Amino acid sequence: MVTVRELPLEEFWLPGHSACPGCPAALGLRMLGKALNGGFILVVPAGCTTVIQGIYPRTPSRAPLLNIAFAASASAASGLKAALELRGLDAPVVVWAGDGGTVDIGLQALSGAAERNEDILYVCYDNEAYQNTGIQRSGSTPRGAWTTTTPSGKRERRKEAALIVAAHRVPYVATASVAYPLDFVEKVRKAASIKGFKYIHLHAPCPTGWRFPPSKMVEIGRLAVETGAWILYEVENGVFKLTGRSRALLDPSRRRPLEDYLRTQGRFAHLLKPENQEQLEELKKNVNDAWETVKTILERGGKIF
Amino acid sequence: MARAVLSGNEAVALGVKLARVQVVAAYPITPQTTIVEKIAEYVDKGELKARFITVESEHSAMAACIGAAAGGARAFTATSSQGLLYMSEMVFWASGARLPIVMAIVNRSVAPPWSIWCDHNDAFSQRDAGWIQLWAESAQEAMDMVIQAYRVAEDEQVLLPVMVNLDGFLLSHAYEPVDVPKQEVVDRFLPQKTPAPYWIDPSNPKSYGTIAAPDTYMEFRYKMQAAMENAARIIEEVDEEWGKFAGRSYGGLIERYRCDDAEIGVVLVGSWAGDAKEAADELRKKGLKVGVIRLRATRPFPAERLVEAVEGMDAVAVVDRSLSPGLPSVLTAEVKAALYERARRPLIKGFIAGLGGRDVTPLDFAAVVESTLKSLKEGKGGIVWFGLR
Repeated sequence: MVTVRELPLEEFWLPGHSACPGCPAALGLRMLGKALNGGFILVVPAGCTTVIQGIYPRTPSRAPLLNIAFAASASAASGLKAALELRGLDAPVVVWAGDGGTVDIGLQALSGAAERNEDILYVCYDNEAYQNTGIQRSGSTPRGAWTTTTPSGKRERRKEAALIVAAHRVPYVATASVAYPLDFVEKVRKAASIKGFKYIHLHAPCPTGWRFPPSKMVEIGRLAVETGAWILYEVENGVFKLTGRSRALLDPSRRRPLEDYLRTQGRFAHLLKPENQEQLEELKKNVNDAWETVKTILERGGKIF
Repeated sequence: MARAVLSGNEAVALGVKLARVQVVAAYPITPQTTIVEKIAEYVDKGELKARFITVESEHSAMAACIGAAAGGARAFTATSSQGLLYMSEMVFWASGARLPIVMAIVNRSVAPPWSIWCDHNDAFSQRDAGWIQLWAESAQEAMDMVIQAYRVAEDEQVLLPVMVNLDGFLLSHAYEPVDVPKQEVVDRFLPQKTPAPYWIDPSNPKSYGTIAAPDTYMEFRYKMQAAMENAARIIEEVDEEWGKFAGRSYGGLIERYRCDDAEIGVVLVGSWAGDAKEAADELRKKGLKVGVIRLRATRPFPAERLVEAVEGMDAVAVVDRSLSPGLPSVLTAEVKAALYERARRPLIKGFIAGLGGRDVTPLDFAAVVESTLKSLKEGKGGIVWFGLR
């Protein structure tokens, strides 16, 4: 297990950027830089991180950063990696994309790059909606959540993007959370040591979009894991295992009640009203479904297929 | 120099090989496919040391070329019609990012209704994308144009991507004898690409494409226009220099065929220039002084060269293989705009012709000239549909 002491003091994402207070993407970028200790290249599609960088001619990134169109990050990273290889440069190419740029508009390019087993690391920081454009629902928004395009709560379940990528049988897939930075660092380092396509899906609680005070960001990220709403795992060469805090939570009785997580966020406030009991139950069922899948996989020795 | 019988698409693929392209990313679409099939074969056999990225869409094809070019590699893709339209967002990105990518467009009409046959609407839809747009007449020119295109695109005064257009089937699938230059000749004309200081380098980190506020954005766009103006000069220099290496050049921005004493000129782009030239030859036998002005570039638009070419002409027929519904001919409008400030300008008549691959023969070009002569007598130009049923 990585400890804080082992992380470089050097910063690769400099202060002075334009993120909202308590932004999980900014924390994630800091930890990513420390995990790789520089020498990497970022590819960033449209999203919060476009804006977080601030305005030309300034940049907070000490890694070279290629901004690219919304749907294009996995394919641009593929071309960039090919060029670097031709130049004999062994720098990790890291896509840093939001959930919209990953599970919705970028899914086709992501699937193509995964199928080709491109030697890139793709990190999806998942703040569970199009937060940058003003909190519209995405394919990764959980059922029941308020967004500006789901004013009375989202009616559909979320996509399980990490499992979609795992279905490409790439060498490494993991989920992580900014609330467990050392676990994330460890996964980034492991991914960087593997050749081929690597995918990390990073849970990123957004104070602005989820309606909670910025100071609560890490706390809420932890509640997501402790209640089982977000599951930490790895799929290495097709073998699934729970990681970190989630290892102890397969038994539902060990998980905190989902309401403990929901009541911290304005986006779920309506779910806790008696008239929305049905929506709440549906969300709980989605959470249980995800754990049932985990259970089934673990029962066959972790083999996802 | 060796002589080979090649289709237009094979000639393009050979041009890519001779240019020592390093990254190719492509997606299949008719009638472009045989270009990238041939390149895949070159790469597979080790005849071209390149990475061929078999992407899942044209959008990704251009995105991968952008990543590759940003990383310092010489990149190529090819597409047609729907593929180009699907790619369009990244087409604009490539030029805005000032990346010297070359793309062959095997011109094909746009659906619906489905049509795989030639017209120029696909390329003209990207007219304002900031790409240099070149048009080949023959397989030989298509091959030479790919090689020339990299010289133009990579010139530090240009740094804009280039589209090499060739007519679907009419040129892409027609076989003709092609003189193939030796690799050493091309290597001297087009040296290996060396990464410039602004290309992505982990030891010299920079951010690319960050947000430009209203106080800086316009200047980026102004620089693209300035680069296009440089390109107009460099396209001509490169074509002339190619002549010294390969023994043939094409006239730079435009080709003038029998224009010097011509009273009537036919203005067009693409492979049907051959039919127009044949018509001009026949009409000249009947005493009509007809010339053909073939635009080799439509971006940058060769306005000055056009003014020179129409000098002394009484009338010009612009034959456009694309349609801008409601205008309806962009090519005619641009020719008119280029000649507007001339004190003495010829009558200009526009023709919408050959859409969706409808055949246009030398006899048809003769009819175009007759029709233009009639308009000249009436003193009225306008735009007409040619061969409409």
